[in-house]
Amino acid sequence: MTFVYLLVFGFAATAILGLITSWIDRKVTARVQYRVGPPFLQPVYDIVKLLGKETVIPAGASKITFLIAPVIGISGVIAVATLFWVNQLFAGGFVGDWIVAIYLLAIPSLSIILGGFASRNPLASLGASREMKLVIAYELPFILAALVPVISSHSIRLGVIIDSQAGGVFAGNISGILALIVAILCVQAKLALVPFDIPEAETEIVEGPIVEYSGPGLAIFKLMKNMLFFTLPFFLMILFFGGLRLNGINILWTILEYVGIVAIITVIRNTNPRVRIDQAVRFFWGPMTLIAIVAVILALNGL
Amino acid sequence: MSLKLKALLKSPWVFHLSTGSCNNCDIETLDCLTPRFDIERFGMLLVGSIKHADVLLVSGSCNRMSVERMKELFEQVPKPCLVVAIGTCAGSRGIFKDSYNCPVPLDKIIPVDVYIPGCPPKPEAIIAGAVKLIEKVGSTL
Repeated sequence: MTFVYLLVFGFAATAILGLITSWIDRKVTARVQYRVGPPFLQPVYDIVKLLGKETVIPAGASKITFLIAPVIGISGVIAVATLFWVNQLFAGGFVGDWIVAIYLLAIPSLSIILGGFASRNPLASLGASREMKLVIAYELPFILAALVPVISSHSIRLGVIIDSQAGGVFAGNISGILALIVAILCVQAKLALVPFDIPEAETEIVEGPIVEYSGPGLAIFKLMKNMLFFTLPFFLMILFFGGLRLNGINILWTILEYVGIVAIITVIRNTNPRVRIDQAVRFFWGPMTLIAIVAVILALNGL
Repeated sequence: MSLKLKALLKSPWVFHLSTGSCNNCDIETLDCLTPRFDIERFGMLLVGSIKHADVLLVSGSCNRMSVERMKELFEQVPKPCLVVAIGTCAGSRGIFKDSYNCPVPLDKIIPVDVYIPGCPPKPEAIIAGAVKLIEKVGSTL
């Protein structure tokens, strides 16, 4: 049964919804720039094409680490997506799965760092070291923001967090709104989108850690990114909007919330220039951490 | 094989390689990415790394310095890949035909799939060339 959960929900459903999300992102980007944008199946074509290409392993690279890094990353995303789906649809879960989710969400970044350092390319190493700094920067405010729903619902189980929002979502509280703002900006950095695309700044260090990847390795990294683009907004919806409500007219409301979060992320990405790594660290450790701490204190006082 | 090529024709990621051109062809190539022409409609993206590329857009007259680099880059492209020669220089060396510095034309060094003439070709011509390339490779499936 676990296998079915992993394969059907963790991989298939997440991948399909992730590819659709990636299309929404590219289409909205195109419309913001007064372009037409790619057709609906474009992300699928990209993945299929990359799976059929040759794999070039750079001379002197650490071969096994180079090839296994994308697999580690995508297994992390599959595991965490399965955890969310099980909590959402089958009331599975266990005490402390919030902590497991936070840990598993760090694995994709780790796999990118691993792949970058393994590929023996100066640009990849530079990108990987920037990714490392960015992880250190955004993890603290992200955990603090994700802590607010835990305090409000008095439980560390994702299932209980979803159930306790049946009366009113946490995004309706002052603490919830503050935490949501911080969390969306941290998601921006977790997905490595502009303004926090410092690790893979395409105009500066040509895609950073994945510069040497080609063929199936690149396809898995791209798929991992797309799946993460679904999983992270899903996590935000579980924490602040009571999960995906799939009964009756609430389906429309759920879709609206989800597309709204994705559109906010995309619009932020299209209206901002890239910041430097020191500016990003200062931004996350300064104002973002402060806002998150204020939200936690408000939540502790029941606001 | 056919699925591979079909998917490749739906999302050809292009890498832009200048072998000593006067920069006019490069500017016209970049014009294709602007909102007016928007080649992302056809799934084309300009990539920065040669390892992500499917289509090499070569411009310039292949002078002695850049030929060695071009050969190295062509070996690094993950196959299958396509090559497009943009501009008169890349197609036939143009006015540099008798130059000491441009000994061999591009198609004697690497296999070229499509030539787009013009000095420089208009963005419309480049898009028409890309469509012809897709039709040509698509008809061999």
